[in-house]
Amino acid sequence: MIYQYYPGCSLEGTALEYNLATRAVMEAAGAQLHEIKDWTCCGASAAEATSLLLSLALPARNLALAEQADDVRDILVPCSACYLNLKKVEEKTHSDSGLREQLNGLLEQDGLQLAGTSRVRHLLDVMANDIGAEKICSLVKQPLTGLTVAPYYGCQCLRPYAIFDDPEAPRSMEPLIAAAGATVYDWDMGGRCCGASHMNTHPEVGQALVGAILAAAAGADAIATVCPMCQMNLEAYQNQISRQQGRDLHLTIVYLPQLIGLAMQLPLPAVGLNLNLAVDGVFRSRQAI
Amino acid sequence: MNSAATQTGGSEMVSQPDELAPVKEMVRACIQCGTCTGSCPNAFAMDYTPRHLWRMVLMGLKEEIFSSRTFTLCSDCYYCTLRCPRGLPLTEAMEALKQIAAARHPSPDRYSTQFYKTFLQSVRRHGRVNEMEFMALYFARLKNPLFALRFAPLGMKLMRKGKVSLRVPLKGRHPLESIFRNVEALEDRS
Repeated sequence: MIYQYYPGCSLEGTALEYNLATRAVMEAAGAQLHEIKDWTCCGASAAEATSLLLSLALPARNLALAEQADDVRDILVPCSACYLNLKKVEEKTHSDSGLREQLNGLLEQDGLQLAGTSRVRHLLDVMANDIGAEKICSLVKQPLTGLTVAPYYGCQCLRPYAIFDDPEAPRSMEPLIAAAGATVYDWDMGGRCCGASHMNTHPEVGQALVGAILAAAAGADAIATVCPMCQMNLEAYQNQISRQQGRDLHLTIVYLPQLIGLAMQLPLPAVGLNLNLAVDGVFRSRQAI
Repeated sequence: MNSAATQTGGSEMVSQPDELAPVKEMVRACIQCGTCTGSCPNAFAMDYTPRHLWRMVLMGLKEEIFSSRTFTLCSDCYYCTLRCPRGLPLTEAMEALKQIAAARHPSPDRYSTQFYKTFLQSVRRHGRVNEMEFMALYFARLKNPLFALRFAPLGMKLMRKGKVSLRVPLKGRHPLESIFRNVEALEDRS
Protein backbone atom coordinates (compact mmCIF):
# COMPACT_ATOMS: atom_id res chain seq x y z
CA MET A 1 0.00 0.00 0.00
CA ILE A 2 1.49 3.30 -1.11
CA TYR A 3 -0.22 6.66 -0.72
CA GLN A 4 0.69 10.19 -1.54
CA TYR A 5 0.30 12.14 1.68
CA TYR A 6 -1.24 15.57 2.15
CA PRO A 7 -0.94 16.44 5.87
CA GLY A 8 -2.35 19.98 5.65
CA CYS A 9 -1.41 23.02 7.73
CA SER A 10 -2.97 21.99 11.05
CA LEU A 11 -0.96 18.79 11.17
CA GLU A 12 2.21 20.88 11.25
CA GLY A 13 0.88 22.94 14.15
CA THR A 14 -2.05 22.47 16.48
CA ALA A 15 -2.64 18.89 15.29
CA LEU A 16 0.98 17.66 15.46
CA GLU A 17 -0.11 14.50 17.26
CA TYR A 18 -2.54 13.61 14.48
CA ASN A 19 0.37 13.68 12.04
CA LEU A 20 2.58 11.60 14.33
CA ALA A 21 -0.07 8.97 15.05
CA THR A 22 -1.24 8.75 11.43
CA ARG A 23 2.30 8.13 10.20
CA ALA A 24 3.04 5.65 12.98
CA VAL A 25 -0.15 3.60 12.53
CA MET A 26 0.13 3.58 8.73
CA GLU A 27 3.73 2.42 8.98
CA ALA A 28 2.82 -0.30 11.47
CA ALA A 29 0.11 -1.47 9.06
CA GLY A 30 2.67 -1.72 6.27
CA ALA A 31 1.61 1.34 4.29
CA GLN A 32 4.04 3.80 2.77
CA LEU A 33 3.31 7.52 2.75
CA HIS A 34 4.93 9.82 0.18
CA GLU A 35 4.41 13.38 1.36
CA ILE A 36 3.55 15.65 -1.56
CA LYS A 37 6.56 17.90 -2.06
CA ASP A 38 5.95 21.62 -1.48
CA TRP A 39 2.23 21.16 -0.81
CA THR A 40 0.38 24.34 0.07
CA CYS A 41 -2.77 25.27 1.98
CA CYS A 42 -6.09 23.91 0.63
CA GLY A 43 -7.86 27.18 1.48
CA ALA A 44 -9.72 25.71 4.47
CA SER A 45 -13.11 27.36 4.93
CA ALA A 46 -11.63 30.82 4.32
CA ALA A 47 -11.14 30.62 0.56
CA GLU A 48 -14.66 29.42 -0.11
CA ALA A 49 -16.07 32.23 2.00
CA THR A 50 -14.14 34.72 -0.11
CA SER A 51 -13.79 33.55 -3.69
CA LEU A 52 -15.15 30.45 -5.43
CA LEU A 53 -12.32 30.42 -7.95
CA LEU A 54 -9.63 30.69 -5.28
CA SER A 55 -11.30 27.92 -3.26
CA LEU A 56 -10.93 25.59 -6.25
CA ALA A 57 -7.50 26.81 -7.41
CA LEU A 58 -5.76 26.21 -4.07
CA PRO A 59 -6.69 22.50 -3.84
CA ALA A 60 -6.13 22.10 -7.61
CA ARG A 61 -2.51 23.15 -7.16
CA ASN A 62 -1.97 20.32 -4.68
CA LEU A 63 -3.67 17.73 -6.87
CA ALA A 64 -1.46 18.86 -9.76
CA LEU A 65 1.64 18.58 -7.56
CA ALA A 66 0.61 15.05 -6.61
CA GLU A 67 0.16 14.06 -10.25
CA GLN A 68 3.54 15.51 -11.10
CA ALA A 69 5.32 13.76 -8.23
CA ASP A 70 4.64 10.13 -9.11
CA ASP A 71 1.97 7.84 -10.44
CA VAL A 72 0.57 6.79 -7.08
CA ARG A 73 -3.07 7.61 -7.53
CA ASP A 74 -4.44 7.73 -4.00
CA ILE A 75 -3.85 10.81 -1.87
CA LEU A 76 -4.25 10.20 1.84
CA VAL A 77 -5.69 13.15 3.75
CA PRO A 78 -6.26 13.03 7.54
CA CYS A 79 -7.95 16.46 7.91
CA SER A 80 -11.62 16.45 6.96
CA ALA A 81 -11.63 20.06 5.75
CA CYS A 82 -8.60 19.48 3.51
CA TYR A 83 -10.18 16.21 2.37
CA LEU A 84 -13.39 17.90 1.29
CA ASN A 85 -11.62 20.77 -0.47
CA LEU A 86 -9.40 18.40 -2.45
CA LYS A 87 -12.25 15.95 -3.08
CA LYS A 88 -14.48 18.77 -4.34
CA VAL A 89 -11.94 19.69 -7.02
CA GLU A 90 -11.52 16.01 -7.94
CA GLU A 91 -15.30 15.63 -8.33
CA LYS A 92 -16.01 18.95 -10.01
CA THR A 93 -13.22 18.71 -12.58
CA HIS A 94 -14.36 15.21 -13.51
CA SER A 95 -17.80 16.42 -14.44
CA ASP A 96 -16.78 19.84 -15.80
CA SER A 97 -13.87 19.92 -18.23
CA GLY A 98 -14.37 23.66 -18.71
CA LEU A 99 -13.60 24.17 -15.05
CA ARG A 100 -10.48 22.03 -15.35
CA GLU A 101 -9.27 24.19 -18.22
CA GLN A 102 -9.93 27.34 -16.24
CA LEU A 103 -7.98 25.98 -13.25
CA ASN A 104 -5.16 24.87 -15.52
CA GLY A 105 -5.01 28.42 -16.81
CA LEU A 106 -4.30 29.53 -13.25
CA LEU A 107 -1.71 26.80 -12.64
CA GLU A 108 0.13 27.29 -15.89
CA GLN A 109 2.35 30.06 -14.61
CA ASP A 110 3.76 27.69 -11.99
CA GLY A 111 4.40 25.01 -14.60
CA LEU A 112 1.63 22.81 -13.25
CA GLN A 113 -1.22 20.99 -14.90
CA LEU A 114 -4.18 19.05 -13.58
CA ALA A 115 -5.15 15.97 -15.57
CA GLY A 116 -7.56 14.65 -12.94
CA THR A 117 -5.99 11.26 -12.30
CA SER A 118 -5.77 11.42 -8.51
CA ARG A 119 -8.20 9.94 -6.04
CA VAL A 120 -8.56 11.78 -2.74
CA ARG A 121 -8.99 9.46 0.26
CA HIS A 122 -9.81 10.29 3.86
CA LEU A 123 -7.68 8.60 6.53
CA LEU A 124 -10.82 6.99 7.99
CA ASP A 125 -11.72 5.51 4.60
CA VAL A 126 -8.21 4.09 4.24
CA MET A 127 -8.13 2.71 7.79
CA ALA A 128 -11.59 1.16 7.49
CA ASN A 129 -11.39 -0.19 3.96
CA ASP A 130 -7.76 -0.57 2.83
CA ILE A 131 -6.20 -1.64 6.12
CA GLY A 132 -9.35 -2.95 7.74
CA ALA A 133 -10.36 -3.95 11.25
CA GLU A 134 -8.99 -7.47 10.87
CA LYS A 135 -5.48 -6.30 10.09
CA ILE A 136 -5.60 -3.78 12.93
CA CYS A 137 -6.86 -6.47 15.30
CA SER A 138 -3.87 -8.63 14.39
CA LEU A 139 -1.52 -5.76 15.29
CA VAL A 140 -3.10 -4.99 18.66
CA LYS A 141 -0.82 -5.92 21.56
CA GLN A 142 -2.60 -4.21 24.42
CA PRO A 143 -6.37 -4.28 23.88
CA LEU A 144 -8.17 -1.29 25.34
CA THR A 145 -10.48 -3.56 27.31
CA GLY A 146 -13.05 -1.80 29.45
CA LEU A 147 -12.68 1.51 27.68
CA THR A 148 -15.81 2.94 26.07
CA VAL A 149 -15.12 5.18 23.09
CA ALA A 150 -17.61 7.41 21.26
CA PRO A 151 -16.91 7.62 17.51
CA TYR A 152 -17.12 11.22 16.32
CA TYR A 153 -17.01 11.73 12.56
CA GLY A 154 -17.94 15.38 12.23
CA CYS A 155 -19.25 16.65 8.91
CA GLN A 156 -16.90 16.98 6.04
CA CYS A 157 -15.59 13.41 5.75
CA LEU A 158 -19.24 12.34 5.43
CA ARG A 159 -20.99 15.13 3.55
CA PRO A 160 -21.70 16.16 0.85
CA TYR A 161 -19.81 13.27 -0.77
CA ALA A 162 -20.99 9.93 0.62
CA ILE A 163 -17.87 8.05 -0.45
CA PHE A 164 -17.24 5.50 2.28
CA ASP A 165 -19.94 5.81 4.92
CA ASP A 166 -23.59 6.64 5.52
CA PRO A 167 -23.71 10.44 5.85
CA GLU A 168 -26.77 10.24 8.14
CA ALA A 169 -25.78 7.30 10.32
CA PRO A 170 -22.02 6.71 10.02
CA ARG A 171 -20.59 3.41 11.29
CA SER A 172 -17.13 3.08 9.68
CA MET A 173 -15.23 3.81 12.90
CA GLU A 174 -16.99 1.15 14.95
CA PRO A 175 -15.11 -1.96 13.75
CA LEU A 176 -11.83 -0.07 14.21
CA ILE A 177 -12.62 0.90 17.81
CA ALA A 178 -13.72 -2.68 18.47
CA ALA A 179 -10.51 -3.98 16.86
CA ALA A 180 -8.56 -1.90 19.37
CA GLY A 181 -10.37 -3.81 22.11
CA ALA A 182 -12.53 -0.90 23.25
CA THR A 183 -16.31 -0.80 23.50
CA VAL A 184 -18.18 1.42 21.03
CA TYR A 185 -20.32 4.02 22.80
CA ASP A 186 -23.79 3.98 21.35
CA TRP A 187 -24.96 7.48 20.45
CA ASP A 188 -26.40 9.42 17.56
CA MET A 189 -24.17 12.51 17.71
CA GLY A 190 -21.28 11.14 15.66
CA GLY A 191 -22.14 13.13 12.53
CA ARG A 192 -23.23 16.34 14.26
CA CYS A 193 -21.48 19.61 13.56
CA CYS A 194 -18.94 20.99 16.07
CA GLY A 195 -19.44 24.48 14.67
CA ALA A 196 -16.07 24.60 12.89
CA SER A 197 -14.63 28.13 13.14
CA HIS A 198 -17.62 29.43 15.12
CA MET A 199 -15.54 28.84 18.24
CA ASN A 200 -13.36 31.75 17.08
CA THR A 201 -15.94 33.94 15.39
CA HIS A 202 -19.24 33.23 17.20
CA PRO A 203 -18.08 31.53 20.41
CA GLU A 204 -21.53 31.40 21.97
CA VAL A 205 -22.79 29.35 19.01
CA GLY A 206 -19.74 27.08 18.89
CA GLN A 207 -19.94 26.46 22.64
CA ALA A 208 -23.61 25.47 22.40
CA LEU A 209 -22.88 22.93 19.66
CA VAL A 210 -19.82 21.45 21.37
CA GLY A 211 -21.59 21.44 24.76
CA ALA A 212 -24.37 19.28 23.33
CA ILE A 213 -21.87 16.80 21.88
CA LEU A 214 -19.85 16.56 25.11
CA ALA A 215 -23.01 16.14 27.16
CA ALA A 216 -24.24 13.33 24.93
CA ALA A 217 -20.90 11.53 25.32
CA ALA A 218 -20.97 11.77 29.12
CA GLY A 219 -21.20 7.97 29.53
CA ALA A 220 -18.10 7.33 27.43
CA ASP A 221 -14.47 7.33 28.55
CA ALA A 222 -13.30 9.14 25.43
CA ILE A 223 -14.33 10.54 22.08
CA ALA A 224 -12.33 9.53 19.00
CA THR A 225 -12.03 12.12 16.21
CA VAL A 226 -10.77 12.21 12.62
CA CYS A 227 -10.42 15.96 12.05
CA PRO A 228 -8.14 18.61 13.62
CA MET A 229 -10.92 21.19 13.77
CA CYS A 230 -13.34 18.82 15.54
CA GLN A 231 -10.56 17.69 17.87
CA MET A 232 -9.63 21.25 18.86
CA ASN A 233 -13.23 22.32 19.36
CA LEU A 234 -14.06 19.30 21.50
CA GLU A 235 -10.89 19.35 23.65
CA ALA A 236 -9.88 22.99 24.09
CA TYR A 237 -12.92 24.70 25.60
CA GLN A 238 -14.15 22.16 28.14
CA ASN A 239 -13.46 24.42 31.13
CA GLN A 240 -15.37 27.36 29.66
CA ILE A 241 -18.29 25.26 28.48
CA SER A 242 -18.55 23.35 31.78
CA ARG A 243 -18.55 26.62 33.71
CA GLN A 244 -21.12 28.15 31.43
CA GLN A 245 -23.49 25.17 31.48
CA GLY A 246 -23.00 24.49 35.19
CA ARG A 247 -22.06 20.84 34.72
CA ASP A 248 -18.85 18.89 34.34
CA LEU A 249 -18.34 18.23 30.65
CA HIS A 250 -14.69 17.22 30.81
CA LEU A 251 -13.87 14.24 28.63
CA THR A 252 -10.84 12.69 26.97
CA ILE A 253 -10.61 13.52 23.27
CA VAL A 254 -8.15 11.60 21.08
CA TYR A 255 -7.56 11.13 17.39
CA LEU A 256 -8.61 7.71 16.10
CA PRO A 257 -5.05 6.72 15.04
CA GLN A 258 -3.84 7.64 18.53
CA LEU A 259 -6.35 5.20 19.98
CA ILE A 260 -5.31 2.49 17.54
CA GLY A 261 -1.62 3.31 18.12
CA LEU A 262 -2.05 2.89 21.88
CA ALA A 263 -3.66 -0.51 21.38
CA MET A 264 -0.79 -1.47 19.06
CA GLN A 265 1.60 -0.39 21.83
CA LEU A 266 3.46 1.89 19.48
CA PRO A 267 6.18 3.98 21.16
CA LEU A 268 4.47 6.73 23.17
CA PRO A 269 6.23 9.62 21.41
CA ALA A 270 4.82 8.26 18.13
CA VAL A 271 1.30 8.34 19.54
CA GLY A 272 1.82 11.84 20.91
CA LEU A 273 -0.75 11.63 23.71
CA ASN A 274 1.24 14.23 25.69
CA LEU A 275 0.28 16.78 23.05
CA ASN A 276 -3.49 16.41 23.50
CA LEU A 277 -5.32 19.05 25.52
CA ALA A 278 -7.89 16.79 27.19
CA VAL A 279 -6.72 13.37 28.39
CA ASP A 280 -7.88 12.46 31.86
CA GLY A 281 -6.23 10.35 34.53
CA VAL A 282 -8.65 7.48 34.10
CA PHE A 283 -7.76 7.19 30.45
CA ARG A 284 -4.04 7.40 31.18
CA SER A 285 -4.14 4.87 34.01
CA ARG A 286 -6.12 2.39 31.94
CA GLN A 287 -3.39 2.66 29.37
CA ALA A 288 -0.73 2.15 32.05
CA ILE A 289 1.17 5.06 30.59
CA MET B 1 -37.16 43.40 -9.88
CA ASN B 2 -34.71 46.11 -11.00
CA SER B 3 -34.75 47.57 -7.52
CA ALA B 4 -32.17 44.86 -6.81
CA ALA B 5 -29.50 46.93 -8.50
CA THR B 6 -30.38 50.20 -6.84
CA GLN B 7 -30.89 48.92 -3.31
CA THR B 8 -27.16 48.67 -2.65
CA GLY B 9 -26.90 52.42 -3.11
CA GLY B 10 -23.65 52.68 -5.09
CA SER B 11 -24.29 54.46 -8.39
CA GLU B 12 -21.80 52.23 -10.20
CA MET B 13 -23.94 49.24 -9.21
CA VAL B 14 -26.95 50.34 -11.21
CA SER B 15 -25.60 49.16 -14.52
CA GLN B 16 -24.26 45.88 -13.13
CA PRO B 17 -26.08 42.60 -13.55
CA ASP B 18 -28.00 41.21 -10.61
CA GLU B 19 -25.31 39.91 -8.27
CA LEU B 20 -27.81 37.57 -6.65
CA ALA B 21 -28.55 35.89 -9.98
CA PRO B 22 -26.25 32.88 -9.47
CA VAL B 23 -27.69 32.27 -5.99
CA LYS B 24 -31.25 32.62 -7.30
CA GLU B 25 -30.42 30.00 -9.88
CA MET B 26 -29.27 27.61 -7.15
CA VAL B 27 -32.45 27.93 -5.07
CA ARG B 28 -35.02 28.57 -7.80
CA ALA B 29 -36.70 25.19 -7.28
CA CYS B 30 -37.07 25.70 -3.49
CA ILE B 31 -40.50 24.58 -2.29
CA GLN B 32 -40.18 26.22 1.14
CA CYS B 33 -40.54 22.89 2.95
CA GLY B 34 -38.10 23.88 5.72
CA THR B 35 -36.06 20.67 5.73
CA CYS B 36 -32.94 22.87 5.57
CA THR B 37 -33.97 24.81 8.65
CA GLY B 38 -34.89 21.64 10.53
CA SER B 39 -31.46 20.17 9.69
CA CYS B 40 -29.36 23.26 10.37
CA PRO B 41 -27.33 23.07 13.61
CA ASN B 42 -26.98 26.86 13.62
CA ALA B 43 -30.57 27.87 12.86
CA PHE B 44 -31.18 28.66 16.55
CA ALA B 45 -28.70 31.54 16.34
CA MET B 46 -29.71 32.96 12.96
CA ASP B 47 -31.90 36.02 12.50
CA TYR B 48 -33.61 34.47 9.46
CA THR B 49 -33.87 30.71 9.11
CA PRO B 50 -32.32 29.14 6.00
CA ARG B 51 -35.78 28.51 4.49
CA HIS B 52 -36.68 32.16 5.04
CA LEU B 53 -33.38 33.26 3.51
CA TRP B 54 -33.97 31.33 0.26
CA ARG B 55 -37.27 33.11 -0.18
CA MET B 56 -35.54 36.44 0.43
CA VAL B 57 -32.96 35.54 -2.22
CA LEU B 58 -35.69 34.77 -4.74
CA MET B 59 -37.38 38.07 -3.89
CA GLY B 60 -34.09 39.93 -4.31
CA LEU B 61 -34.13 41.48 -0.83
CA LYS B 62 -30.44 42.34 -0.92
CA GLU B 63 -30.31 44.84 1.87
CA GLU B 64 -32.00 42.48 4.34
CA ILE B 65 -29.92 39.52 3.22
CA PHE B 66 -26.54 41.23 3.48
CA SER B 67 -27.30 42.87 6.80
CA SER B 68 -28.40 39.56 8.32
CA ARG B 69 -26.03 37.13 9.99
CA THR B 70 -27.73 34.01 8.67
CA PHE B 71 -25.25 33.10 5.95
CA THR B 72 -22.24 33.97 8.11
CA LEU B 73 -23.46 31.34 10.58
CA CYS B 74 -23.36 28.51 8.06
CA SER B 75 -20.64 26.13 9.28
CA ASP B 76 -20.61 23.98 6.11
CA CYS B 77 -21.98 20.81 7.74
CA TYR B 78 -23.85 19.96 4.50
CA TYR B 79 -26.88 18.48 6.27
CA CYS B 80 -29.24 20.76 4.30
CA THR B 81 -27.56 19.84 1.02
CA LEU B 82 -27.82 16.16 1.88
CA ARG B 83 -31.48 16.31 2.86
CA CYS B 84 -33.02 18.90 0.51
CA PRO B 85 -35.83 17.00 -1.26
CA ARG B 86 -35.21 19.15 -4.34
CA GLY B 87 -31.51 18.33 -4.35
CA LEU B 88 -30.48 21.98 -4.22
CA PRO B 89 -26.85 22.93 -3.48
CA LEU B 90 -27.81 24.89 -0.37
CA THR B 91 -24.41 24.93 1.34
CA GLU B 92 -22.91 26.26 -1.89
CA ALA B 93 -25.62 28.92 -1.95
CA MET B 94 -24.62 30.00 1.58
CA GLU B 95 -20.99 30.13 0.44
CA ALA B 96 -21.98 32.15 -2.63
CA LEU B 97 -23.61 34.72 -0.34
CA LYS B 98 -20.44 34.85 1.77
CA GLN B 99 -18.44 35.45 -1.42
CA ILE B 100 -20.70 38.26 -2.62
CA ALA B 101 -20.58 39.85 0.82
CA ALA B 102 -16.78 39.53 0.95
CA ALA B 103 -16.44 41.23 -2.43
CA ARG B 104 -19.06 43.94 -2.24
CA HIS B 105 -20.97 44.21 1.01
CA PRO B 106 -19.19 45.11 4.21
CA SER B 107 -20.78 42.56 6.53
CA PRO B 108 -22.06 43.56 9.94
CA ASP B 109 -20.31 40.39 11.09
CA ARG B 110 -16.74 41.67 11.17
CA TYR B 111 -15.58 38.64 13.17
CA SER B 112 -16.11 36.19 10.29
CA THR B 113 -14.89 38.70 7.71
CA GLN B 114 -11.64 39.36 9.57
CA PHE B 115 -11.18 35.67 10.35
CA TYR B 116 -11.26 34.62 6.70
CA LYS B 117 -9.32 37.61 5.47
CA THR B 118 -6.50 37.22 7.97
CA PHE B 119 -6.33 33.48 7.31
CA LEU B 120 -5.87 34.02 3.58
CA GLN B 121 -3.26 36.71 4.12
CA SER B 122 -1.17 34.25 6.11
CA VAL B 123 -1.64 31.61 3.40
CA ARG B 124 -0.66 34.07 0.67
CA ARG B 125 2.43 35.09 2.59
CA HIS B 126 3.74 31.63 3.43
CA GLY B 127 1.94 29.11 1.22
CA ARG B 128 0.67 27.42 4.36
CA VAL B 129 -1.22 29.00 7.20
CA ASN B 130 0.82 29.90 10.23
CA GLU B 131 -1.76 29.35 12.95
CA MET B 132 -0.11 31.54 15.58
CA GLU B 133 0.48 34.49 13.26
CA PHE B 134 -3.02 34.15 11.87
CA MET B 135 -4.76 34.08 15.25
CA ALA B 136 -2.60 36.89 16.68
CA LEU B 137 -3.38 39.14 13.71
CA TYR B 138 -7.06 38.19 13.82
CA PHE B 139 -7.40 39.10 17.49
CA ALA B 140 -5.42 42.32 16.99
CA ARG B 141 -7.72 43.43 14.16
CA LEU B 142 -10.89 42.79 16.13
CA LYS B 143 -9.81 45.54 18.53
CA ASN B 144 -11.67 43.72 21.27
CA PRO B 145 -9.09 42.82 23.92
CA LEU B 146 -11.65 41.11 26.15
CA PHE B 147 -12.61 38.76 23.34
CA ALA B 148 -8.95 37.99 22.62
CA LEU B 149 -8.29 37.43 26.30
CA ARG B 150 -10.69 34.50 26.32
CA PHE B 151 -8.31 32.64 24.03
CA ALA B 152 -5.09 33.58 25.84
CA PRO B 153 -4.98 30.48 28.11
CA LEU B 154 -5.39 28.22 25.08
CA GLY B 155 -2.63 30.08 23.21
CA MET B 156 -0.27 29.66 26.17
CA LYS B 157 -1.10 25.98 26.44
CA LEU B 158 -0.46 25.42 22.73
CA MET B 159 2.86 27.25 22.97
CA ARG B 160 3.92 25.20 26.00
CA LYS B 161 3.22 22.04 24.04
CA GLY B 162 5.27 23.36 21.13
CA LYS B 163 2.31 23.22 18.76
CA VAL B 164 2.44 26.87 17.79
CA SER B 165 5.30 29.29 17.90
CA LEU B 166 5.64 33.04 17.93
CA ARG B 167 8.34 32.78 15.32
CA VAL B 168 7.03 33.56 11.89
CA PRO B 169 8.61 31.45 9.17
CA LEU B 170 10.68 33.66 6.92
CA LYS B 171 10.71 31.78 3.69
CA GLY B 172 11.78 33.78 0.70
CA ARG B 173 9.24 32.04 -1.50
CA HIS B 174 5.63 32.91 -2.08
CA PRO B 175 4.42 29.80 -3.91
CA LEU B 176 0.80 30.97 -4.10
CA GLU B 177 1.40 34.56 -5.18
CA SER B 178 0.67 33.97 -8.86
CA ILE B 179 -2.55 32.05 -8.13
CA PHE B 180 -3.80 34.77 -5.79
CA ARG B 181 -2.88 37.49 -8.30
CA ASN B 182 -4.43 35.70 -11.28
CA VAL B 183 -7.66 35.01 -9.40
CA GLU B 184 -7.86 38.67 -8.42
CA ALA B 185 -7.29 39.76 -12.00
CA LEU B 186 -9.98 37.41 -13.32
CA GLU B 187 -12.51 38.48 -10.70
CA ASP B 188 -11.90 42.18 -11.27
CA ARG B 189 -12.72 41.68 -14.92
CA SER B 190 -15.92 39.77 -14.23
